[in-house]
Amino acid sequence: MNSQSKTPHLPGSGLYEKSRTVHNKRIDGPFRRFKWLVMLVTLGVYYGTPWLRWDRGPYAPDQAVLVDLANRRFYMFGIEIWPHEFYFVAGLLIMAGIGLFLLTSAVGRAWCGYSCPQTVWTDVFQHVDRFVDGDRNARIRLENAPWTWSKVLRRAFKWTIYLIIGFWTGGAWIMYFADAPTLVHDFWRGEAAPVAYITVAVLTLTTVTLGGFMREQVCIYMCPWPRIQTAMMDEKSLMVTYKDWRGEPRGSVKKAAKNPDQFGDCIDCTQCVQVCPTGIDIREGPQIGCITCALCIDACDRVMKDIGRPRGLIDYATLEDCEREAAGGETRPAWKALLRPRTIAYFLIWASIGMGLLFALGVRSHTDLTVSPDRNPPFMLMSDGSVRNSYTLKLRNMESRPRRMEIAVEGLAGATMWTDTIAREQAAATQEMEVPADETLTVRAYVQAPEGTPAGEFTFRMTSLDEQRETDTGSTRFDAPGGEQ
Amino acid sequence: MANERPDPKRIDEATGTNFVGHEWDGIEELDTPMPRWWLWTFYLTIVWALVYVVLYPAWPLIEKGTEGVLGWTSRGQLAQEMTAADQSRASVREQIAAIDIEELRGNPDLMRQAVAGGAAAFKVNCIQCHGSGAAGSQTLGYPNLNDDDWLWGGDLTAIQATLTHGIRQQGDDATRTSEMPPFDGVFSQGEMNALVDHVLSLSGKAKSSPVGAKIYADNCVICHGASGEGDRSVGGPKLADAIWLYGSTRADIARQIRSPRMGVMPKWDGRLDPVTIKMLAAYVHSLGGGEDFVETAETADEAEAVEVNEQSE
Repeated sequence: MNSQSKTPHLPGSGLYEKSRTVHNKRIDGPFRRFKWLVMLVTLGVYYGTPWLRWDRGPYAPDQAVLVDLANRRFYMFGIEIWPHEFYFVAGLLIMAGIGLFLLTSAVGRAWCGYSCPQTVWTDVFQHVDRFVDGDRNARIRLENAPWTWSKVLRRAFKWTIYLIIGFWTGGAWIMYFADAPTLVHDFWRGEAAPVAYITVAVLTLTTVTLGGFMREQVCIYMCPWPRIQTAMMDEKSLMVTYKDWRGEPRGSVKKAAKNPDQFGDCIDCTQCVQVCPTGIDIREGPQIGCITCALCIDACDRVMKDIGRPRGLIDYATLEDCEREAAGGETRPAWKALLRPRTIAYFLIWASIGMGLLFALGVRSHTDLTVSPDRNPPFMLMSDGSVRNSYTLKLRNMESRPRRMEIAVEGLAGATMWTDTIAREQAAATQEMEVPADETLTVRAYVQAPEGTPAGEFTFRMTSLDEQRETDTGSTRFDAPGGEQ
Repeated sequence: MANERPDPKRIDEATGTNFVGHEWDGIEELDTPMPRWWLWTFYLTIVWALVYVVLYPAWPLIEKGTEGVLGWTSRGQLAQEMTAADQSRASVREQIAAIDIEELRGNPDLMRQAVAGGAAAFKVNCIQCHGSGAAGSQTLGYPNLNDDDWLWGGDLTAIQATLTHGIRQQGDDATRTSEMPPFDGVFSQGEMNALVDHVLSLSGKAKSSPVGAKIYADNCVICHGASGEGDRSVGGPKLADAIWLYGSTRADIARQIRSPRMGVMPKWDGRLDPVTIKMLAAYVHSLGGGEDFVETAETADEAEAVEVNEQSE
């Protein structure tokens, strides 16, 4: 193997390695175009989502996706999540996790190569570099050049663009937590909450640092995901592979023409190294620095086409396929690696969690009644000999309109009820109350039963007085002198 | 392999990195250098720690720790937060101070604030006798505040007056006072039994007799009423209901006739500010037995007494 292209970590070179800026060359090809598409979609979703509107009536915000921390509500289009339903969010996170497993077992580190925010933003910043300073060679020249005024101005210009991108990234983030148009207005007038400015400042800083300067260092040194993934890959996982049995030994086109059959297909043009956004040499074999963005495939295919050799010297392949091919077997299309028991199992788990969540979402109730008896004192003897118990009722209305609810005492003969807002004189076995839109109403309820009523269980029944007539019950205990009989 | 020490100066073919010299079953450790920025990050944390030690309390010494240039303390922060909380409550307290107590119920928001404030004050000042659930104690003779039986009235104004001036509080002219005379040795055992029977008969728990009815009519009616309905204007307890402050057994009742117990409630005027007393009244009223205010000559006097008192604060 050629040791020229390797990073020299020679003895005595020190404990610490100075980071080198990767100046990747521009390339065009199917994978690059796919990367453009993914970038367009992901950034579009990220920047655009807070601006989508969704009509929820007069009692709820009309932002399609909103994390309303102050009121503890999470809105996502037609779905509204309350804090007690946080398991939906947990379910989504589990789906995201298993989705990554699925993706890894099927297409290797595709997440890293195409849709990881670190990759997408690094790509954006690398394009800024290219826009300001030119392509690879120009950038290398500029980096090695002394700090002249022209270089200072260029750098200042570039870093200003970095800051603007960072600012827009942080600015878009806060839009998910408040009504976007209002927040933009308040933000520029200096009237937004301090946390908004702090968040934007922090995210501007992290975006510029991680995307503008750290780049591949994040993937290689900081991110746990490449480490986890190496444990999840097997001989059937798709990887970007340099087919060394076909490429080695390397030799230029001229040399190969002089000595046919002595050289492999690799002409050592190092295009694959020059286009790599993490600055690695894929010909050294699978390595943690490879995020499988497949830009080297684009670069190599183009060279192979130019010199009239078949494409795919560097290609997506599984280890199993590589071994078969190296032994002279057939080249198997890459998509065949997708369907196998492991990917199908991951997909089934992933899909069944999704179906479970959808089902739970479909059948969830929009009303709820919780009853908790006051235990201090457990019961109260009244002057006419009757017994009173008090309870804290929580009436939850998840609809975005106020609803009238009827509360009835069931299973306690002769009992009447009143509350902290309904006077004792109006005590009755059923009471009506209005629960505000999208709120939980806390009511202190008094239940009085005639003298001689034994202790025992009974039930509060809540019924919504509208066409839905949703009901919920809360079982509780009635305490009385002498206990149960 | 075990006896051979690998040469640490060797260089790994595949990566070009030199070996550390550690080897386990043929797997060797490479001396891959850490990135330089990692080192700078490490130095930055040290600088951060040094700055922190200077700015904030850090080193424990024998008497006390180093104080830090910023002068921050957790107690100081607590005091600051308490002051901020007091300030945020100030407007509510002002509103409660300004409103007439009987108008509180017409203002549900303010009433809720008053009840919450009263509940907090109750836990500090009142639960020693009345209990944390305000259920009192029959054995000790502390009244239950949850029920609908009131010796001195259960509307907001009356509760506020009781709180302000106390019951049988010495040195307060407006305090609530009643006295049950002791009848020890006045009645024979038979007469006593007949009287207890008559008292119990008022709530239908025993059969009355002419002897008992006569003794009751001669001695008790003036405060407790002909049918045991009590008299709030003099603090005469109701005898015809199911609630007994000092117990409902025959022995309890006989003992109360012979040598009566009479509880004392301290006045809170002077110890608690009028707003807190108002909030406490709202809380006690909210416990479930609160009554509506009915204007009478006496209640008017009470309201006036409270008002005079508030002005003297």
